[in-house]
Amino acid sequence: MTDDAWMTDDAWATDGPASARWAYGTGFRDPFVDIDLSAAPATDPEQLAARCLMLGDDALVYSHRLQQWITRLPELEEEMAVANIALDLLGQARLLLTRAGHLLGTDEDRLAFFRSEHEFRNVRLVERADTDFAELVGRLLVFSTWRLELLRRLRNSSDPGLAAIAERGATELAYHREYAAGWVVRLGDGTDLSHQRMQAGLEAFWPYVDELFQPDPVLAELSPELADPAALRSDVDAVLDPVLATATLQRPSVAPAAGVGGRTGRDGIHTEDLGYILAEMQSVARAHPEGVW
Amino acid sequence: MMEPAGGPRGSGSGPETSTAVTGGETPTATAVAGDGESASALLDRARRVAESVTDPELPAVTLAELGILRDVTVQDGHVHVTITPTYLGCPALREISGDLHRQLREAGFADVTVHVQLTPAWTSDAITAEGRRKLAVAGIAPPRPAARGPVPLGLPGRRDPVACPRCGSADTTVLAPFGATLCLALHRCRACGEPFEYVKDI
Repeated sequence: MTDDAWMTDDAWATDGPASARWAYGTGFRDPFVDIDLSAAPATDPEQLAARCLMLGDDALVYSHRLQQWITRLPELEEEMAVANIALDLLGQARLLLTRAGHLLGTDEDRLAFFRSEHEFRNVRLVERADTDFAELVGRLLVFSTWRLELLRRLRNSSDPGLAAIAERGATELAYHREYAAGWVVRLGDGTDLSHQRMQAGLEAFWPYVDELFQPDPVLAELSPELADPAALRSDVDAVLDPVLATATLQRPSVAPAAGVGGRTGRDGIHTEDLGYILAEMQSVARAHPEGVW
Repeated sequence: MMEPAGGPRGSGSGPETSTAVTGGETPTATAVAGDGESASALLDRARRVAESVTDPELPAVTLAELGILRDVTVQDGHVHVTITPTYLGCPALREISGDLHRQLREAGFADVTVHVQLTPAWTSDAITAEGRRKLAVAGIAPPRPAARGPVPLGLPGRRDPVACPRCGSADTTVLAPFGATLCLALHRCRACGEPFEYVKDI
């Protein structure tokens, strides 16, 4: 190991040193060097790590879902857009998992590739496979609007690591939201068929929207602005409602998807889809756990 | 991975773009400190080298002009360079770090550490006036001032148009809001008909 804080010189060597394991192929090490994380967090470290995992898993799993669209999108421009958005979310996921790794004594790769379904803490909304492009942009609109509001409130988080990620991540999400909103309006206020499919797309994932606004006392501790999930929800609605109205779409009135004994994604209870996602995402790392390239 | 200005830019924005790193380069440790060069002269030289490194995806501008070079210090001959990512998922960071290592090494600095700083977050407003001029000369439209404060969700047509870097016309349209790299969008000029890249204002 060199003392390089982010890249190792070893990464450029040809003989495959330990620091250049395939999963570390981008030379990524630790971007938190300039942030003083030495102070004991006000929040219980295990609880703080769990929140980093929640936000990181949302981004990781959704990024993977978006990546599955590549080569299947209707236009080249949309390919670039969805790939870029997936890459942004992957960047957020890596940092959040790295921060969780600090607190748990592990690293992003171990967290991404060697946890099982019940250890993932993402909301169930991100697990669904989209049935069509309308559902993709509809879900992206809701996800990016919600996550933007969440990260915006975490910019002043008592954890400096989380605050740094939230600060940068929020601006990226605003751009994703803009893209999704443009398409929702275009399809919703388009032809009869596009309108019908856009409305159907919203109906398909809407049962999982409720879960985004579950109260979380630890998040409230990290940012007082998150103490009231109803306020978060009304800020999200203040963005969604005018977009849906412009798009001539109806906000779906569907019952929230049931959990198991009141437990949902944040508790490690997932839909069947997550297993398939992880099988694909983790298979190479698990087949070659110390693989080097 | 040092491309000449105006040369082909990295075309992909996926993580695989960063795999094209050639190995086997043996560091040449040339003595630097102790040659009678004062500490401040050494720092000046290290800073000049770091400032002259160009961005791998926008080779028309240097890291300093792009506003991602945050700090250069020298301690006992060891150079510490601090950069900030434009986007959290920016796959070019590895190339940037590699270029800094390589060029500083060529200038005689054997020990180099590249630090990555997350806060304050990079914004396209950090691109210098000279950087904006060079981008425009390279046919890439420089960013408009980034929106601040609560981010209003606007529907199309709400912003000032981006001027065409070739003919200067304001009659331009967005071809694709996401371009070949995380930091670029693709626009087209209706006056001269040419497509051009635009550095996303963020």
